[in-house]
Amino acid sequence: MTRKQKRFTVIFGALALLGVAVALVLTALSEQVTFFRTPSELLASPEENAGRLRLGGLVETGSVTQGEDSQVEFAVEDTNERIVVRYAGILPDLFREGQGVVAEGRLQPDGTFLADTVLAKHDETYMPKEVADSLKEQGFWQGEEGTATQ
Amino acid sequence: MIIELGHYALILALVFALAQTVIPFMGARTGDARSIAMAPNLAFAVFASIALSFTVLTWGYVVSDFSILNVFENSHSQKPLLFKITGVWGNHEGSMLLWILILSLFGALVGAFGGNLPPSLRATVISVQGTISVAFIGFILLTSNPFERLSPAPFEGQDLNPILQDVGLAIHPPLLYLGYVGFSVCFSFAIAALIEGRIDAAWARWVRPWTLAAWVFLTAGIAMGSYWAYYELGWGGWWFWDPVENASFMPWLAGTALLHSALVMEKREALKIWTILLAILTFSLSLLGTFLVRSGVLTSVHAFASDPTRGVVILGILVFFIGGALFLFALRSSTLSNGGMFHPISREGALVLNNLLLTTATATVFVGTLYPLAVEAVTGEKISVGAPYFNATFVPLMIPLILAIPFGPVLAWKRGDLAAAGQRLFVFAGAGLLAGLAVLYFASGAPVFAAIGIMIGFWLVFGAFADVWQKSGLPKAGVKTASARLRGLPRSVWGTAFAHAGVGVMTLGVVSVTAFEQEQVLRMSPGDVTDLSGYSVRFDGLTGQRGPNYVDDVATFSVTRDGAPVATIEPAKRIYTARQQPTTEAGIHTRLFSQIYIALGDRTEGTDEIVVRLWWKPMVTLIWFGAVIMILAGAFSLSDRRLRVGAPVPSRKRPKRAAAPVPAE
Repeated sequence: MTRKQKRFTVIFGALALLGVAVALVLTALSEQVTFFRTPSELLASPEENAGRLRLGGLVETGSVTQGEDSQVEFAVEDTNERIVVRYAGILPDLFREGQGVVAEGRLQPDGTFLADTVLAKHDETYMPKEVADSLKEQGFWQGEEGTATQ
Repeated sequence: MIIELGHYALILALVFALAQTVIPFMGARTGDARSIAMAPNLAFAVFASIALSFTVLTWGYVVSDFSILNVFENSHSQKPLLFKITGVWGNHEGSMLLWILILSLFGALVGAFGGNLPPSLRATVISVQGTISVAFIGFILLTSNPFERLSPAPFEGQDLNPILQDVGLAIHPPLLYLGYVGFSVCFSFAIAALIEGRIDAAWARWVRPWTLAAWVFLTAGIAMGSYWAYYELGWGGWWFWDPVENASFMPWLAGTALLHSALVMEKREALKIWTILLAILTFSLSLLGTFLVRSGVLTSVHAFASDPTRGVVILGILVFFIGGALFLFALRSSTLSNGGMFHPISREGALVLNNLLLTTATATVFVGTLYPLAVEAVTGEKISVGAPYFNATFVPLMIPLILAIPFGPVLAWKRGDLAAAGQRLFVFAGAGLLAGLAVLYFASGAPVFAAIGIMIGFWLVFGAFADVWQKSGLPKAGVKTASARLRGLPRSVWGTAFAHAGVGVMTLGVVSVTAFEQEQVLRMSPGDVTDLSGYSVRFDGLTGQRGPNYVDDVATFSVTRDGAPVATIEPAKRIYTARQQPTTEAGIHTRLFSQIYIALGDRTEGTDEIVVRLWWKPMVTLIWFGAVIMILAGAFSLSDRRLRVGAPVPSRKRPKRAAAPVPAE
């Protein structure tokens, strides 16, 4: 191989690999991205939101009910709308009524939301960022920031 | 008063750091030997001042001085001593102080162990290290002062976030920072080399031990963090592709690439421009990680409470260092000539492939981590990119890498013979194949990917030793000759073999736990029994217990197999009284490399009935065991005489006066 050929092989290999990587990334991004929705947004256009979603809002007070085995149901609200979330598993330690929550899963034909992951705020002064932002947008911020110490 | 001393020491450190930046730099440019000689002492002074400052803050935590805002917010008088101390870096301000303590430690280490460097290069490296110190000490003093006082002093503190009250916090952040701050040395070396115009094999030889040391610490930090999250969060997962995990993983990937490309540069004087660029990129990714964690732009379990000013300042620092470095790189790189050429199929070729795959993988992680930020900035749409994305992009890039690793060490430098290498690896490929088939036979109904995964895992574990095997001359040479040869092998050869095998062991753990894990979630009352992968697990009951600053609800489970007792597992629900915050304490029992993992959910009110989540995690500890092998292998390699002793600079090349810049070749 001449010097030129050697260099060409390396550069060609690099470009080919880069091409494969770009293809992988683009496919994955078009398929695997999860959108964040509030109950109002989700109910406004259920058809557009048939895929996998993150549903965020506050856990409605008094809505948590335990079902068979580890089944649990609770409603996520954002002052305008509420959606019943069904989940099988252990709720996070910081899951509480009246507090921020993010449920990941799909909207079902019967209008409930079947979640496979539930995230609650991380500590006393932290709320999932998406939830805080969307509550602020709707003018429904509980003012937790005022009491936050960090 | 003592507290103010800590604050004062920090300001003093800033002054010393400014001197560390300016004096050695000017000295190296003008050839003033006295200024050059001051460099190590200034680096020691910065380290000493920061260490004093850090000690004072630690003292404030130990005596629970709640007149310090930082101590009040993150400590509690009832907290065990260990957690009082580790609480120092369990918050933004304190962990920033630890960050610069380690940064200045590396500056001092270059001063102490850089005796074999040309004095002017060492002075320039220390000076660049000084600029980073100036930026971050300034950042702490201006935006995140840990010594801020409260008046009047509160009677009791707010306690540390319970999730952080664990030995994990004692070890994970210091190791992690030693790792990614350690790459600052490589960065400083790269910048100094560009300034001095000295970029050759000797440079690579000097940089390699620092890269290896940082890599060892970062590997340890990430692995430790992974195990900590695994047992502490009670979610049963060992890697979440959380943005902050990615923030530490990107420098690791780039650093691993750097480790390999520096090898090519040292041995063959090739890939010079690329290696310098990688050194810059690796530390840039560390800085990016710091920015992501501390600016609050990302939603993450790790995120420190956000403060927009801090984010902006760190972004400024980030832009200055990365932008400045790349600008200098652009100015100087054209003056570098390319080194030795090589055939695509050769040791160099294999290392280039390693670099291509690792940097591409870094790029996919980078895109996945920052894409949500970009989308939100452009369209306002909130999205998240989770594990499925990374499985679809990162994993396909790792498979060819794992397949290729055993080839690297058995290929010759400059021009290799793939067929001959294949012949040497034939036995190892066979062993991998057999092991995979054996697993398929025992685990009937195993998914195809698992069988393939197990095969390539074994291929790597065995194949990693092909080079050592070949060098021993076995089976032709007698056992005596072979063992003499093996003893004579440089430590770095053994290090390479074991580190690669460690990746294989980790692969086996990952594949096995992904494919064969069993999980159950159910509601259990005392006396209930459930089957878990051949074990029967009985829930005996709940008991209340008190800890120093928490109360526990401990559940007792008896595990038996065919009637014979195996273990008692005691997971708990814990409430930390100061913050009234509950945590889940998982109960784990290890059987060889596999684990039974039990986490508790909510208790049905008024009864002893409780939601229980049980996992059978086959071979899960291989994941961390593999990492431990990599760490030990790296450390062993670091102890190689060839790395410790200074690079033998060819005397004919070395100018009489070391301060004179050596033109790039």
